[in-house]
Amino acid sequence: MTKSNSIRIAIASGKGGTGKTLISTSLFYTLQNNNQEVTLVDCDAEEPNDMLYFSGINEKSIDVTQRVPVIDESKCTYCGKCHDYCSYKAIFILPQSKIIKVMDDLCHGCGACTVACKFDAITEKSVLLGEVSCYNISSNSKIIESRTRIGVYSPVPIIKSAISEAKNQGIILMDSPPGTSCPFIQTVAQANYVILVTEPTPFGLSDLKQSVETLKTMGKPYGVIVNRAGLGNNQIYSYFKEEGIALLMEIPFDREIASIYSKGLIIAHQKPELQLELLNVLNIILAQHGNSNN
Amino acid sequence: MEIAIISGKGGTGKSSISAAFATLTSNVVLADCDVDAANLYLIFNPTHSEEQVYIAGQKAVIDYSVCSNCGLCVNYCRFNAIHFKSEKVEIDEISCDGCQLCSRICPESAITMVNNDRSRMYSGTFRNGQMVYGRLAPGEENSGKLVNMVREKAKILAKENSIKNIIIDGPPGIGCAVISSITGVNHVVIVTEPTISGLHDLKRTLEVVSKFNLKAWVIINKYDLNTDMSSQIELHCSELGVSLAGKLPFDSAVVDAMVNCKSIIEWSPNSLVAKEIENIFRRILNEFA
Repeated sequence: MTKSNSIRIAIASGKGGTGKTLISTSLFYTLQNNNQEVTLVDCDAEEPNDMLYFSGINEKSIDVTQRVPVIDESKCTYCGKCHDYCSYKAIFILPQSKIIKVMDDLCHGCGACTVACKFDAITEKSVLLGEVSCYNISSNSKIIESRTRIGVYSPVPIIKSAISEAKNQGIILMDSPPGTSCPFIQTVAQANYVILVTEPTPFGLSDLKQSVETLKTMGKPYGVIVNRAGLGNNQIYSYFKEEGIALLMEIPFDREIASIYSKGLIIAHQKPELQLELLNVLNIILAQHGNSNN
Repeated sequence: MEIAIISGKGGTGKSSISAAFATLTSNVVLADCDVDAANLYLIFNPTHSEEQVYIAGQKAVIDYSVCSNCGLCVNYCRFNAIHFKSEKVEIDEISCDGCQLCSRICPESAITMVNNDRSRMYSGTFRNGQMVYGRLAPGEENSGKLVNMVREKAKILAKENSIKNIIIDGPPGIGCAVISSITGVNHVVIVTEPTISGLHDLKRTLEVVSKFNLKAWVIINKYDLNTDMSSQIELHCSELGVSLAGKLPFDSAVVDAMVNCKSIIEWSPNSLVAKEIENIFRRILNEFA
């Protein structure tokens, strides 16, 4: 690996709790330990966990906000055009009773109502959605954490903002949110390569299939890490064969690993033999997909 | 009565516990609201008596035979979804939020909206009653609305079949789909695990639940993997006045049950885990009675 390498790798899974954070923290630690320039972006804004495993200096924090309309009722004619323009049903109106109300939680901040209003009755305010925090972990490694405010409906704007904070230098790891809906898509769309973490159980397989189908449609290259190998059954391996999916690595089911992880310790630190395997996985990915332009 | 099982952190055992609850009563409505990754149908293999299309918003599409390439839409779009690409206006499907503003302001009326119509809701019967589940097509948004649709259907089925209890298997996280899964339910059961991430995510989940003034119960799953962390979780719960519903030991029989398309209650009724889940379920039901 050379310094000119710049690649964005997303660590994702359809099913939650398969080990995305375990792999992300261990990969980050391994690269840091090998003096590689590395940035880990915690894109699981609803439940960010990566910074529980590291300590560092908070270099900066950015508020992520969204614009929400404010209606000046002295100017409003209750014509209802803003309500018609809103695709999110965020404006409630009863023209006869002269009642109009913005439901901030439903607003996506698209600005359509502002365009709709011909009476200059709509201005906008900023509403806090969450925060992006950048931490320097060592001289050439940093963690960028996205975190939604409690009660916020969509983490997407915060995830986008966190990813945009990562400079295109060195290796960028993105710990993705679970599922295959918007938050997942927004994260993997920015990646050159996706590592899917799964477990050899029927639930794991079913969710993996959905992730694979999604990545195929997006045309993203990917490979799989099987966590808790030995638990469950072998169906998942037949699926890899049928689909020609690259099995990058297996981590056996082991109560010791579970116990290390539960304490907030990094597996690759406690079990150094894992670092070699992870570096090997990374070299395979870099050889095939490194230096590619996004 | 509606009981929602959620977790904050994924993979703590929501679905396994939901499946167990669903097989502890002879007649129940099971609503799989983890619409991103619905899994309970794998265990219960329900009939597909009904299939409904769910429209998950819209996407803007440009008709290039009409587009004059003026770029007005580029300036109006707040989702950064429209760009000039090789001197042509292009909409990035992934970033498009479906707000329709571009289509409204286009002087040539060159932009139309197309429905995202690949998501589905299914309902039918399974061996212990009625089941409803949603499947959100990959990349589609508004999962909260699909959750609402699943819950509405579950309520109708409960009424039609005079079924008392609805079990809701919720999604991970704390976003819109979770909020939709718990709004107005009688009990929220939060499944956590004794890890540092489990505790962190539980704290955020409890904040969401308290925001909606709901009765919360906590289950510590696999508590014996780290008894210190498990005690910390218990302490946190008691400080907040949240009831601990119970603690479950790690048992690979739970995975075996899943592999064999059974709930742990069906697969190993005499195991410690099964017995304790039964106790937890009775505890929650009694509290309500």
